Order: sequence, then structure tokens, then C-alpha cells
Amino acid sequence: MYQYNDADQTLVNERVAQFRGQTERYLKGEIGEDEFRTLRLMNGLYVQIHAPMLRIAIPYGLLSSPQLRMLAHVSRKYDKSYAHITTRQNIQLNWPELKNVPDILADLASVQMHAIQTSGNCLRNTTSDPLAGVCLDEIEDPRPYCEIIRQWTTLHPEFAYLPRKFKIAVSGSEHDRAATQLHDIGLYLVKNDAGETGFRVLVGGGLGRTPIIGKVIKPFLEKQHLLSYLEAILRVYNLRGRRDNKYKARIKILVRESGIEQMSEWVEAEWQQTKADMQISEQRFADMQAHFTAPPYQVLTESDNQFIADKAQNSSFNTWINLNTEAHKISGYRIVHISLKAPDAPPGDITDKQLDAIADLADQYSFGEIRSSHRQNLVLADVKQTDLFSLWQKLVKLSLATPNIGTATDMICCPGLDFCSLANAGSIGIAKEINEALDDLDYIHDIGELKINMSGCMNGCAHQSVGHIGILGVDKKGVEWYQITLGGSSENNAAIGKRLGPAVAKNQITQAVCQILDVYIKQRKDNEIFLDTVHRIGVTPFKAAVY
Amino acid sequence: MKIIKDKKIVDDNWSHLADDEAISQGDITVSLSRWKDEKSSLRDHAGKIGIRLAPADHLEDIADDLANFQLIGLEFPAFTDGRSFSHARLLRSRYQYENEIRAMGHYMADQVFYLARVGVNAFQLENTAELEVALSTINDFSVQYQASTN
Repeated sequence: MYQYNDADQTLVNERVAQFRGQTERYLKGEIGEDEFRTLRLMNGLYVQIHAPMLRIAIPYGLLSSPQLRMLAHVSRKYDKSYAHITTRQNIQLNWPELKNVPDILADLASVQMHAIQTSGNCLRNTTSDPLAGVCLDEIEDPRPYCEIIRQWTTLHPEFAYLPRKFKIAVSGSEHDRAATQLHDIGLYLVKNDAGETGFRVLVGGGLGRTPIIGKVIKPFLEKQHLLSYLEAILRVYNLRGRRDNKYKARIKILVRESGIEQMSEWVEAEWQQTKADMQISEQRFADMQAHFTAPPYQVLTESDNQFIADKAQNSSFNTWINLNTEAHKISGYRIVHISLKAPDAPPGDITDKQLDAIADLADQYSFGEIRSSHRQNLVLADVKQTDLFSLWQKLVKLSLATPNIGTATDMICCPGLDFCSLANAGSIGIAKEINEALDDLDYIHDIGELKINMSGCMNGCAHQSVGHIGILGVDKKGVEWYQITLGGSSENNAAIGKRLGPAVAKNQITQAVCQILDVYIKQRKDNEIFLDTVHRIGVTPFKAAVY
Repeated sequence: MKIIKDKKIVDDNWSHLADDEAISQGDITVSLSRWKDEKSSLRDHAGKIGIRLAPADHLEDIADDLANFQLIGLEFPAFTDGRSFSHARLLRSRYQYENEIRAMGHYMADQVFYLARVGVNAFQLENTAELEVALSTINDFSVQYQASTN
């Protein structure tokens, strides 16, 4: 993975010093509330109901074992010994004290981590495929491009005070695992007829109150023009994006109001002025790709009698293999998903002990690297098949082997009313209730692939509008209600879910989910997954069952 | 009053005239709309001429007149309005404007580093007690990832 050079390290160290100075001046009353709010947000620091929340960047979801140990350390030393993985592959602390934040950032800087631009109306962390470099369907490894974008976005002086936040995702595979179409800019690595690498560029996607799928603005962008084209889009947005209403300030509204043709003309005109001067050299790409070379894989064969015997003798292990691991591009290796969706824990939460233990497991079994995923789980990407049984046994002891990846209980969930000052309704409690109602693993496995996303308010941090089943908490006169949508997707077939009907009361939401699943079980054909059944039969039969 | 110019705290004698204020002697700035209306007479002004741009103003409107201006003031109605950052950058890179670009109005001392990076070389602060802090922030970072215009 990318290793900082002296300049990278100096930059994060100087950022810590800058924020330390700003915090001291604020605490002395020399910086106003509004001003400090903006400065702290660009360092990942929110103020929530109970305490500040610090969002730490995990660039494109890639972590080393020393970084994981440092996250365990800061969660123990400055917080309540746990952290929360977000849908944009970042990690959050829910209880730090403001006065300690400069020290936390200094500790993080010591392992090449930071919280720069993880919040605020600026260029955010670039996200990508958690299976980059190891999946079977990869066109090209997106990580070198992500790192080039990370550096370009970091402390970009022109685009630090945008109309609203700005998120970029890069996918390098056939299968989109990065919700690319739901980003302000989505980049798909593609090859042209001559076999050259470039990007299909989408603009104006986003979730929140007005979920919109991004539109193609450039079907093929030569890779050397990546940064000039991004800059052109950002400059058009910075100058033309709405600033009169924060709910209409995202680039998706500019694209919707102007139309993609007009947007494309503006960007093209801007780009033509700069593209010649901002080209990325082949040498720069090569230098960056050298940071993401394959680890020293052994030459192994798929056939492994002990592995086959273990699966045959141990049905729990077999189930875990089927659900929580997947094929690797190198023979004899598998990709292991670590489920952070144990039935008794808030979705995406992880304790300091688990962080430390996973760091050790990564060192022992997966070349010391860990990835975080859009669906709030972790991944050990390079595990030998012969190690799977012992790894599984250790994960079971850590409550990290719940066999539910991609199933009903692998829910995406925001912190909700329990933690977040924006939320209208609880989400973690509902997730627990649904988990308890679906406590039969055979039933969950029978339902198969299902993405339930649940947010506690319209800001939609848990991407409910693109869940196969989306659940949105709303407040009606001080009472928590829940709106249900069906048929959303954040993958290649991206779609916004359709409203099932009026919101249901808190004590009926779990029952409604069970009724929806019953309709699916009765109506499904052959191996059809839930999403396909919804697309085939529409929402009416589900509506009839719930209301 | 005191301002920061070219990384030094210096005295400043420019007058920034409101649209209904009489033209005074010495060095003056006017708004874009006043410049458009009174261009011909302002060109005969004995002192230096500068123009003040609001975030919503368009650089295309002054592209042909840039040689008239010894100063371009970028006015911040709110520190969160980032359009002037792009204006500064474009004035320096696309329009090759080399005279003073001054940040004015409601912005933070803590924004001076980024403003300097996009080509602003003068800083007039609402609170002159913050001049020293603002000056020091120009040196917040010794490294950067993007090409700069300062």
C-alpha cells in the first residue's frame, strides 16, 4: 500500500500543528463559533448530542496492521474503547473530548493517518472497491488513481469552500462495489478499443434528501487528463453551484437544473483551457503503481484435501466459507469478509480488542493489510485456503464470524437518534429488533442476497434509498415513524427504491420487514434474489401484505 | 489602516468608494457596476484605479479592462463563499493579471494560507488585531500537492 514520503508526513504533521493552534485560539475565545465550526469540520470533528464525533479518513478503505493498532489505541485512550466503520470506508470515534483532538490527530499522524476533509463543504475522502487488486473481475487496480486523487484533493486551496460537500468514488471492476453512481463524481476505469486505460466519468449522483443517480458526462477520459478534468468539474461547480439553499447546493442539483448537456459544455470549455498544462506523466502513474504491487503470494493449488474435509465435517465452517469468503484471483487464496454485524452489536461497530486482534490476524494471515468496505465490514483480502479453518476459529472467538455477509442481517445502519444530533429516529435499536426477529440462520440463508439499509433521518447516511429494502426514520410530532422503500440498488443496476406506502409505527417496522420477506419467499422464481423479485412483480404485492 | 501585502504588514491608503459616494482624490476602488457605468471618466482619474468584485460577478466582464486596474479587490460577503478562490486563481493563471489582488470583507485569518495559494497577495481584515495571526498562517504548510499560483 502507499507509504508516505517526507513531504506527505510533513503535511500531516503541519496539519496537526495548525489545528492545535486553531483549537487553542478557539478555547481562548479568539475564534468565533461559526468560524471554528468550519475549521473543525474540515478536520473531521462534529459536535453530536453527547460529545464530539471524530471521523478519521481511511483513504479508499486501505489499512495496515500498525494503523489498526493505533486506532485501537486512540479508541482506548481517548474514547470508550470502540469505533464505528462508515459507509464511505472511514472510521469514527463517538466520544472524544475537543481538547484531546489535537493529540489524537498527532497519534494518527505517527502512522500516516489523518482526519483531513472528512467533513465540511470540501473535497472528501476518495472511496473505492474494497476488493481492489484481488477480485476476479478487475479491469485495472483503482488504488493508484485513488491515491493520485487523494493527494490532489488534500488541502486543495481553490476548492475548500464549495457550496456543499463533494465525494468522489473510483471503481476498477466489472461489478461496482463502491456505489460509484451515487457520488458527486463517479469514475469507472475502462479500456478503449485500442486497449488504453481511461475513465467513464459520471457526475451529479448523490443520496440524502434528493437521491439521484449520476449521469455520464464523459464516456472515455484519457487517464493523463484525470486531474484537469476533475478540476474543470470542480471549478464549474464552485462558481455555478447554488449557495442560497443548502438543500439545493450539491452538484446533483446543478446538473439537474442545468441539464447534463449544458453541464458538459461548461466543463468542456473550462477543461480545454487547462488540459494541456495539467497532464499526468506515465512516470507518475508508474511510480504510483509501484506502491500497489501484489504481495509475495505463494504458488498454491486450489485442491486441498484438508480444506475439503473441514468443510464436510463442520457445517458452521462450511456456511461461513460460502457466505463470508469469496474467490481470489490467485489460486489457493481466498478473500475473507469480517462481519461487523454480529446480532448483539450495533452494525459497523468494532471494539479496541477486536481491532488489535484483527491487526494480529492480518499480520499472520494476510500480509498485514486490512480493508474497510462500503457495507461497514472489514476484509482480509489475501488469505491462504489452508489457513481458513484456523482463521475462522479465531474469528468465531472474537464474535467476528457471523455468517451473514450480503444477507438480511448484514444491514447498513447509521448511528441514529442514539448518537446523532441530526437524526429523527432510532436506527440501531430497530436493527437489533430485526436481527432478533430473523434469528434463524437457515431462514436468513434461504432468503439469500438482501441489502437492508436504514437511516435515522433524511440525510440518508446509511443510503436507505438504494437499499433493496430501505428504512427511513422520520419524526411525526415527536414520535418515531419509519418509511419503507423497495427495489433500490447502489451497484451496476443503480436505482432509487420505490415508496411502499405511508410510514409505519416503530412497533410495526420489524413485522413489516418480515411480511415483505414472506411475500418474497412465496413469489420468488428459481434462484431469483429479492431485488429481482421486486423488479419482476412490483411493489403492489408487498404493499398488500404490509398494509 | 494596516493591511498585509506581499507578506508584510504595511500602511494602506486606498479608498473603497460606495456606488453613491463622490469620486475622491487618491487611489480608489469601485464596484463592477460603477466601473461599467463610469468607465470613461474613471480612466481619467488622477490616482490609481481598482475594482471590487463580488462572488457573483463574472471575470469575463472585466477581461478587456484589466490593464486599467492596479488592484482587484475580492469581496467576501461570508467566509463560506468560496467563489473568490476560483476568481483569484483564474485572474493569475488565465488572465495573467499581475497587480495586487486583495481579499476584503468577511473572511477568516485562517483562510489566508489558501487565499495566498490561489494568488491573493494582499489581505485587508475587518479585525486588524488579527493581522499578525493572519500573517503567520501564510507559513502553515511548507509542502503542497497542487501547482500553485503564488
